[in-house]
Amino acid sequence: MQIYLPIAEVSVSIFLLFGLGALVGILSGMFGVGGGFLMTPMLFMIGIPPAVAVATEANQIVASSFSGVLAHLRRKTVDLKMGMVLLVGGLVGAAIGVQVFKYLKSIGQVELLVTLTYVIFLGLVGGMMFIESLNAIRKSKKTGVVGKKKRHNWIHGLPFKMRFRVSNLYISVIPPFLVGALVGILAAIMGVGGGFIMVPAMIYLLGMPTKVVVGTSLFQIIFVTAFTTLMHATQNHTVDAVLAVVLLLGGVIGAQIGTRIGVKLKAEQLRILLAIMVLAMCAKLAYGLLFEPSELYSLGAGGH
Amino acid sequence: MLRILSFSFALLAGAVAAQTEELVVDLSQNHVAITADYSGSEIFVFGAIKRDHPLPEGTAPLEVAIVVEGPLEPVTVRRKEKKLGIWVNAASVEVEEAPSFFAVATTGPLDEILTESMQADYAIGIDHAVRRLAHDSDNPDMESFNEAVTRIRVDSGLYSERDGIVHLTDETLFRASIQLPANLVEGDFSAKVFLIRDRNVISQTTVGIEVRKTGLERWLYNLAQDQALLYGLMSLLVALVAGYGASELFRLLKR
Repeated sequence: MQIYLPIAEVSVSIFLLFGLGALVGILSGMFGVGGGFLMTPMLFMIGIPPAVAVATEANQIVASSFSGVLAHLRRKTVDLKMGMVLLVGGLVGAAIGVQVFKYLKSIGQVELLVTLTYVIFLGLVGGMMFIESLNAIRKSKKTGVVGKKKRHNWIHGLPFKMRFRVSNLYISVIPPFLVGALVGILAAIMGVGGGFIMVPAMIYLLGMPTKVVVGTSLFQIIFVTAFTTLMHATQNHTVDAVLAVVLLLGGVIGAQIGTRIGVKLKAEQLRILLAIMVLAMCAKLAYGLLFEPSELYSLGAGGH
Repeated sequence: MLRILSFSFALLAGAVAAQTEELVVDLSQNHVAITADYSGSEIFVFGAIKRDHPLPEGTAPLEVAIVVEGPLEPVTVRRKEKKLGIWVNAASVEVEEAPSFFAVATTGPLDEILTESMQADYAIGIDHAVRRLAHDSDNPDMESFNEAVTRIRVDSGLYSERDGIVHLTDETLFRASIQLPANLVEGDFSAKVFLIRDRNVISQTTVGIEVRKTGLERWLYNLAQDQALLYGLMSLLVALVAGYGASELFRLLKR
């Protein structure tokens, strides 16, 4: 069954869209990532104009993240206090990121920089997670118990300490604020929620327990993507309500299933799966940069 | 002298013959409605040729070409180049007049029924879909950018050229069915019908086609343009309600 999208101005299969939404929703619930870094390229592939894809997918992530957060709240796996600190940092970062984006646009190389940022960050984050979780799995096989992470590093020497009971942490607010700000900047430049950077940063930099990380990341993503949606709707008129509804119906159902799968899997397995996915997307983007494309030309809306 | 006389007489006769052949055209629909379940459509172009006198013996056979065209719009075309080992968008050009849709249907192969210059003059054939402008020649690369627009749009089904799909009966009645793709954009379209004889256009008629979004599609599009903040907030509300709904639904199912 075909459906005509009023803003994207193309006709696509409603089942294909629903399936895409569900797939990304499952990943979102499992890993606490918004899934934007997977959804955006997939929407391009089925012929949705890039501007519409980016804006609409932000709206869809609001829905799947909200659905996921509710499930995590019931399980008490959201650190609201930590989430608020990250969010304050995130909003500051997003405001800076929008300015950086504007500047890059004015010098005319925004697309290259976005792709390069993706390749670098996906590669770094994916590689680090993959190696770390592989070591953890090896260790747990040898000794029979999951290796305990180091809980003390330079981060614990910083001032402005605060107690985060849910995460079982007593650390300075500076690192989470900076993590939030960095993710906010990148989210504004890359047009995603930023969960794929947030989740590893929370695990490795802040030392938060993996189970709490997912819910807390989703909590912050809701606000960042809601902000992005409003910006796109008011400034670019590129949010497609029909596309969003179909994607989010698939997405919210997927997120519920994903959350249940995530609870059943071991933390190391969860991390290695996410690492593989992040690396695959990185390889795909790097391929596009390094090898000659079959069509050198691309079309965009005209007018200055 | 005699030669010139006979030549001008022939010209005159040709002109008279052209005038005596009048084109009558109609469409199956002058209005294409893009509804939520729109997935492509078909326009039936048909008509007849009215003549005051029967055709003289030995007249070349009649051919018909139909061009259905969307509104002319500017398009930004970018070209990738390898710089420091990676492929990046380098040159970009504004192609000012490219139709959003362009379909040519004819009674026979275009190059056989019409001269090259006539094809260019009347913009018949996908090679002439993108309009060449006088100042284009300032940029030696312009031709490759114009060709890229045509190539990409042919691949996505927006531009097409089909020989032999116009059926002509007794040099009097003609009909053709033109497919409109699913990725159609609204606007004022036109259907031009050309009568061709001796590889020259002897008569032409244009009929307008309105392509418009209707119903929910129209309402959402207008809201997104005119009430952007309201539209954005509405989109967020829908997202939150859907998220909450799914969460509650699964909680109930689990019990």
